[in-house]
Amino acid sequence: MSSAQSSVTPSTGRLVIAWALVGVPLAYGVYETLTRVAALFG
Amino acid sequence: MGWLDRERTIAPPGFNRWLVPPAALAVHLCIGQAYATSVYKTALVKHFGASLTEIGVIFSVAIVMLGLSAAIMGTWVDKNGPRKAMFTSAAFWASGFLIGSLGIFSHQLWLVYLGYGVVGGIGLGIGYISPVSTLIKWFPDRPGLATGMAIMGFGGGALIASPVSTALLKMYDPNSGTKGWVASGESVGKLFLTLAVVYLAYMMFGAFTIKVPAEGWKPAGFDPAKVKAASLVTTDNVSARNAVKTRQFWLVWIALFCNVTAGIGILEQAAPMIQDFFRQPDGTSLASAAVAAGFVGLLSIGNMSGRFAWSATSDVTGRKRIYMVYLGVGAVLYTVLALAGSTSTVLYVALAFVIISFYGGGFATAPAYLRDLFGTFQVGAIHGRLLTAWSAAGIAGPLIVNAFLDAQGKPGALNAASYQPALLTMVGLLVIGFVANLLVTPVDARFHEPRPGRVRSEEPALEG
Repeated sequence: MSSAQSSVTPSTGRLVIAWALVGVPLAYGVYETLTRVAALFG
Repeated sequence: MGWLDRERTIAPPGFNRWLVPPAALAVHLCIGQAYATSVYKTALVKHFGASLTEIGVIFSVAIVMLGLSAAIMGTWVDKNGPRKAMFTSAAFWASGFLIGSLGIFSHQLWLVYLGYGVVGGIGLGIGYISPVSTLIKWFPDRPGLATGMAIMGFGGGALIASPVSTALLKMYDPNSGTKGWVASGESVGKLFLTLAVVYLAYMMFGAFTIKVPAEGWKPAGFDPAKVKAASLVTTDNVSARNAVKTRQFWLVWIALFCNVTAGIGILEQAAPMIQDFFRQPDGTSLASAAVAAGFVGLLSIGNMSGRFAWSATSDVTGRKRIYMVYLGVGAVLYTVLALAGSTSTVLYVALAFVIISFYGGGFATAPAYLRDLFGTFQVGAIHGRLLTAWSAAGIAGPLIVNAFLDAQGKPGALNAASYQPALLTMVGLLVIGFVANLLVTPVDARFHEPRPGRVRSEEPALEG
């Protein structure tokens, strides 16, 4: 395989699930931290 | 276990490379828990009847093992591929928690040192470098963005582990969190067991999602000649064994060491530092404990976002220039913090936020910098060796700050002026790092791996 390949998505669902598995906990962590940060500006 | 081998993980045609960053993140988000140990530190002090220092050793051992295992296992990781590396990392990381919990339940502190510190620390080191070279190969057009995404996970892991651990401790010990109550050792043991299971599952998701690109693969529309156009970027390769013989490796090592030492100086002292900076003549501080906790949280966000934002920016500016910003602008900001930080809380918080974002950026940009200088051949192994700078900084940073502060007075009686000697020492370190980065030039051709039709007559000696 020496030529350039385009990144064709075989399963968008798999991509969404993979990103959700890491994105949701990360978003939760950021949200929880921001609630603490609010004390700085309160 | 042939199903873990590199050959079994080669991506089929049409594989979407955007599946690789979440696989890498799954590992980094788990091992990032290492920065959330403060949640159960007091509980372990009470449970073992030990001092804070004795419990702090658990974390120190883990970080030292991270640097050592990354340096020693780097070549193995590059040779065996990311799946086997992630699987091994998951096994060590989860086993570390299991052995640690055994130590807690049986009141054997040495078992916690062995478990979380040594065994878990090995998992940290292998896990940290496991996706790096794979990401660089999948994203030759945006290596800074790719490694920034993964290494951001290490910063983000603590943001998740901290509230989750607090909630779990409350579940296992309902009195935990109430005023004056310290969680029981048993609840921390149960927390360790839970984390072992959850992290094992998450890291396995990463291990079985990640794939390496086929030989010769490149993204659509990618022109390697454009990358080569940047003066410091090579299309040649240098082995890990030869990389450590080059001046460039040690200059980047110094730059990273200085950047991390300076950042740790603030991170380690964040909560008491903001209170001391705004201490009034009567001994009280304008910054309450809640404000200090908010400040620590804000620094965590700065650390995490800096890893992604600055590393991604380096794809546009070039690695050497972005390190000039981390170290040069960092030195200026540090000076302003030392001399005028106490004039306004907004100024103080803004300066610290940017400085910590540079600290995170330095970590995340390092793999791409190494790729530029040494090629992709053994970039994971070279990165592993570079991380010894982190271990060294982890010792030097707190040592410098604590030594200066001890000489200034007792905790609770310090003020902004007490921090000036320590902060100005950090400025000096950043200047040294800036000069080291400035001296980075392309690697001499005698260190390059032979190409077809071009042979190297002898092993290159250490560069003078």
